[in-house]
Amino acid sequence: MKHNDYLHLAFTDIESPPPVDRREFFKRIAGGIVIFIVLGDLLSPQDPERRRGFRQQGSSDFNAFLRIGGDGVITCFTGKIEMGQGIVTSLPQMLADELDAPVDSIHMIMGDTDLCPWDMGTFGSMSTRFFGPALRQAGAEARIVLMDLAAKKLGVPEDQLQAKDGVIFDKNNPNSKVTYGELAQGKKIQRIVDRKAVLKSAAQFTEIGTPRISTDAIEKVTGRAKYAGDFRPPGMVYARILRPPAHGASLVSADTSAAAKMEGVQVVRDGDLVAVLHATPDGAGVALRKITAQWDVPEVAVNDRTIHDHLVSIAPAPSNLGSAGDLEAGKKNSSKSFESRYTTAYIAHAPMENHTAVAVVDNGKATVWASTQTPFSSRDAVADALGFSPGNVRVIAPYLGGGFGGKAQGGQEVEAARLAQLAGVPVQVEWTRAEEFFYDSFRPAAVVTLNSSTNDTGKITSWDYAVYFAGSRGARHFYDIADHRTVAHGGGFGAGNAHPFNTGAWRAPAGSTNTFARESQMDIMAAAAGIDPFEYRMTHLKDQRMRTVLQAAADKFGWQPAKAPSGRGVGIACGVDAGAYIALIAQVTVNKDNGKVQVERVVCAQDSGLVINPRGLIMQLEGCVTMGLGYTLSEQIRFEGGAVRDANFDTYKLPRFSWVPKIEAVLVDTGIEEAHGGGEPAIIGMGGAVANAIHDAVGVRLYDLPMTPQRVLAALA
Amino acid sequence: MKKAVQFKLNGKPVELNVDVTRKLLWVLRADLGLTGTKYGCGEALCGSCTVLVNGTAMRSCALNVEGVEGAEITTIEGLGDSGELHPLQKAFAEIGGLQCGFCTPGMIMNAAGILRETPQPTREQIVRRMEGNICRCGTQVRILEAIETAAQETGGEKR
Repeated sequence: MKHNDYLHLAFTDIESPPPVDRREFFKRIAGGIVIFIVLGDLLSPQDPERRRGFRQQGSSDFNAFLRIGGDGVITCFTGKIEMGQGIVTSLPQMLADELDAPVDSIHMIMGDTDLCPWDMGTFGSMSTRFFGPALRQAGAEARIVLMDLAAKKLGVPEDQLQAKDGVIFDKNNPNSKVTYGELAQGKKIQRIVDRKAVLKSAAQFTEIGTPRISTDAIEKVTGRAKYAGDFRPPGMVYARILRPPAHGASLVSADTSAAAKMEGVQVVRDGDLVAVLHATPDGAGVALRKITAQWDVPEVAVNDRTIHDHLVSIAPAPSNLGSAGDLEAGKKNSSKSFESRYTTAYIAHAPMENHTAVAVVDNGKATVWASTQTPFSSRDAVADALGFSPGNVRVIAPYLGGGFGGKAQGGQEVEAARLAQLAGVPVQVEWTRAEEFFYDSFRPAAVVTLNSSTNDTGKITSWDYAVYFAGSRGARHFYDIADHRTVAHGGGFGAGNAHPFNTGAWRAPAGSTNTFARESQMDIMAAAAGIDPFEYRMTHLKDQRMRTVLQAAADKFGWQPAKAPSGRGVGIACGVDAGAYIALIAQVTVNKDNGKVQVERVVCAQDSGLVINPRGLIMQLEGCVTMGLGYTLSEQIRFEGGAVRDANFDTYKLPRFSWVPKIEAVLVDTGIEEAHGGGEPAIIGMGGAVANAIHDAVGVRLYDLPMTPQRVLAALA
Repeated sequence: MKKAVQFKLNGKPVELNVDVTRKLLWVLRADLGLTGTKYGCGEALCGSCTVLVNGTAMRSCALNVEGVEGAEITTIEGLGDSGELHPLQKAFAEIGGLQCGFCTPGMIMNAAGILRETPQPTREQIVRRMEGNICRCGTQVRILEAIETAAQETGGEKR
């Protein structure tokens, strides 16, 4: 696993805090057959990178567990959460195959810090990649225990037994059988998965690889599915909080007297936290508007027009991501050189569900339902804020209405808990859409400077790549170039004072920016050489896996060679993310009168290795293509210093139904047996594929995302 | 100012004494405890709060309670027929017209409004009338397919 594939920030020094130990958990769950999964130990010892990310403390730590109950229900307890990426369905599928149990008998308990063992959080396309294999091993281990019990109960040797659909029977006498539930009754057995059990091979899969309707679908189409804001403990009130006009502003004074006079309103103040509580959210909103406040707003010179020059000017020294050969020599052997600067804007996560939390603080304990991708970090933050030990705080992350990395950061759970503690009643905090934009940890604005050269046959002779503040993921090229250097200035997020507000992980962090720059440059050089862009890439590809994926995309598309601009409006982009390889081919039409770009068709080929639920994966590819239209064509955060100017969807434009192209997803199988990234990789190709398609359509090259109608018109002028 | 207001909600009569300038969305969620209808933007820009008012899809975040006096309101909770899934719900589930599911009640209710008005809509009509509903997970392709499938199933009868 390459450094490139990781969510850089999250992997350094993650220590599992001393959790409640195994004996305590076992006591809580009333017996049965329990298998504990210790993730770190199950990773290959040759993989120091992976193990570093899962460092454990003490032998009693574990990351998840299974319980087979006397009722035959198999419960998997995991700190992972479901936010639409589909693991509530695919994890049971993985387990069902190893355990030989019906998928319907598997119940997932997710994201509850009381019931589930410590988990680092749901992000980085890691659930299927890392947690999945561990879960399979737990299933295999459980099956071994069950077979052993069955052999004793039925009085036949194990090799005479067969397990299928939650039942173990004597092959010679199928009427002699016992169910998993019957075997678990009255038992208190615990096992730790501490060695690699023999897993099923692909030929033996019945669930893995089979499309399946999501297990949460019925709840969600009937409105019964509960998100954080749908929990209503008795006596709950709604809070609205006084917010600053800009990041970095400090509160000078706040006059809450008019709000306090309103019927049913309680004003709560604690330092800089100024809030109003009311039995209805809209009542709290009315009260909030009655508060007058004075703020000290710092002068911050940067804005959305000057940010890119600013980022380059404050860039720290570069870190080398990879280099070879001799750049200067390569440049000397060239006949053409290309100097490009690409820029991308701050992008909001904009999940449909705003950050929400409901907190009950009572008798020294806190229970918080929160829309968080990291329930255990949320628990610790709440404990810290309340002055409680973490053991007295329970955070429950129910279904999330979208995350995309943005709900790995928040603060609404701390706000709700503090207010509940201060007011002595349960409190709900649901950020307004304006707050959701204001407090978002944006995908950072970034710059890429790319200087490359070619010889007189078009072969690339040098490649000098520098990315500023996007992050290193996806920055390294995979083309066959002898003299090259790739560096990164500054990190992708948490970059100190580089940005006037918070930045963070956004679906395939850094991948979209880096892929846009690289793939645009490939097309620029191909066009200058008069070579078809598909052929140009293949000439520079020795990586067989990428060749296969690109070929699959071209075949599905029906690619016809032609040099750009051909007037057809077609463009290619290839990329690597989270261990998955992608190739996108987009076809666009450009309206020269108003600059609007209509993406008509996208072929999206992806090799993710082992596919658990093909239908689920295809949905992720379609989701990536559709969501990717936004950062490609319209999404950008406008700001003046720390004041965010976008507060709703009237100015921050998300892709709409009329934008959606015909999407053809191709799952490419290159024989890789492990699962790699599924939900993120494809999005990185949209910017580059569409930029190349626009150039192919109307002969103009755009270097800045988003490619808004104004920018397209300006380029055409 | 509080006033008595009456309307039908999912087939049952409701009588409230509330400030009638309040938006229906909050009355549904906070006063009546029907949490299936969601808050997404509060400015009728995203469609998450869509309900049917006398069979027409409307954004409850922009609708005063006063405006629904005497009306028949249907929320996602009231769409199915005594335990049976509505064809739209069935189609969304089977085709996979949802991922995180947060926009889903609004999508389904908006689609229900389309089908009541135009039982056999063309793809263009569906796209145009769904334009106001946002799905951030990017499931639009399947949502369109689900609506078309449900339209075929209802076969032109008003549901």
